[in-house]
Amino acid sequence: MCGAPKQGGTLAGIDLSTQTVIQGQVWHDGAPVAGAYVRLLDATDEFTAEVVTSPEGEFRFFAAPGQWKLRSLAPVGRGERVVEAEVGLTETTVVLE
Amino acid sequence: MSRNDVLVTADWAQEHLGQPGIVFVEVDEDTSAYDGGHLEGAVKLDWKQDLQDPLRRDFVDKSAFEALLSSRGIANDDTVVLYGGNNNWFAAYAYWYFKLYGHQDVKLVDGGRKKWELDGRPLSKDAVERPATQYTAQDPDLSIRAFRDEVVASIGSKNIIDVRSPDEFSGKILAPAHLPQEQAQKGGHVPTAKNIPWSKAANEDGTFKSDEQLEALYAEQGFDDSKATIAYCRIGERSSHTWFVLRELLGKEDVKNYDGSWVEYGSLVGVPIEK
Repeated sequence: MCGAPKQGGTLAGIDLSTQTVIQGQVWHDGAPVAGAYVRLLDATDEFTAEVVTSPEGEFRFFAAPGQWKLRSLAPVGRGERVVEAEVGLTETTVVLE
Repeated sequence: MSRNDVLVTADWAQEHLGQPGIVFVEVDEDTSAYDGGHLEGAVKLDWKQDLQDPLRRDFVDKSAFEALLSSRGIANDDTVVLYGGNNNWFAAYAYWYFKLYGHQDVKLVDGGRKKWELDGRPLSKDAVERPATQYTAQDPDLSIRAFRDEVVASIGSKNIIDVRSPDEFSGKILAPAHLPQEQAQKGGHVPTAKNIPWSKAANEDGTFKSDEQLEALYAEQGFDDSKATIAYCRIGERSSHTWFVLRELLGKEDVKNYDGSWVEYGSLVGVPIEK
């Protein structure tokens, strides 16, 4: 379904031999940011998905191998991070400024 | 129908909270968002629990819709103001659904939850109780809903708009990337469909672009005003967003939402697919 599932939590049940998982946390001022909006943009900067971070500031996407951009927006600021993902787990942090 | 009849700003919404004759309705798939804080006085609709048949893949029928709205305290002459998460995807779906069952006065809050939260506007955790009504729905208006056979028959003749992301359109991924990529259906798109992602119609804060920007967007992508239009996505909610843009904001004639969308089309035996 298209509604964003709960963010964060265990990777149990996710097959990392087939899925390309991009996950991480949004930070600002030395602390994780809950309720931040995080977008996954494709290589042409087009929207692919968006989630809202968990109380621990976590987000998770299921993508495909390649280059992706994470863009986060929250009342305290915005931030971006480009990642190169392979099949399996790619972890990153987006810092809001 | 114009933008002012169907779309309200967050400011307007905040000023009209609690006003008699106006019912705010939050629509999400994950209603924990509502439970964590909602517009003061807003009732909630769960996209799945409330709006989908529990057994078959279809809407709830007319009598179930009547029972649902009656229980939420929504009357036929109320102005229903919808908003939600996911850039208003499910709120736009509910808008289309309310129109399908003939509700007269429906509006969307521009930007939905996202803009509301980014603006730091107040949210309430108070339980909302409204006295029950006796809601009467109309028969479904099928002039705004497309089914699979019509989609196949429209290949090469109507505007078919695939509003998914480019990577879903190309078959690189099978679902929006916040979901696991394990699906039964084939990857790709309906032949002759144009890929005009829903997101191109929205600003980053979830609000809709201006009418001028929207007209230019569809014109650039080869949208033909002389043809009827079918929009689809994966399960019909993002295409409701585009249906809202084309029919309600821009006033295009004969626009249908194919809510079966790729989950259905990509599983059909024998239909043509392009990749």
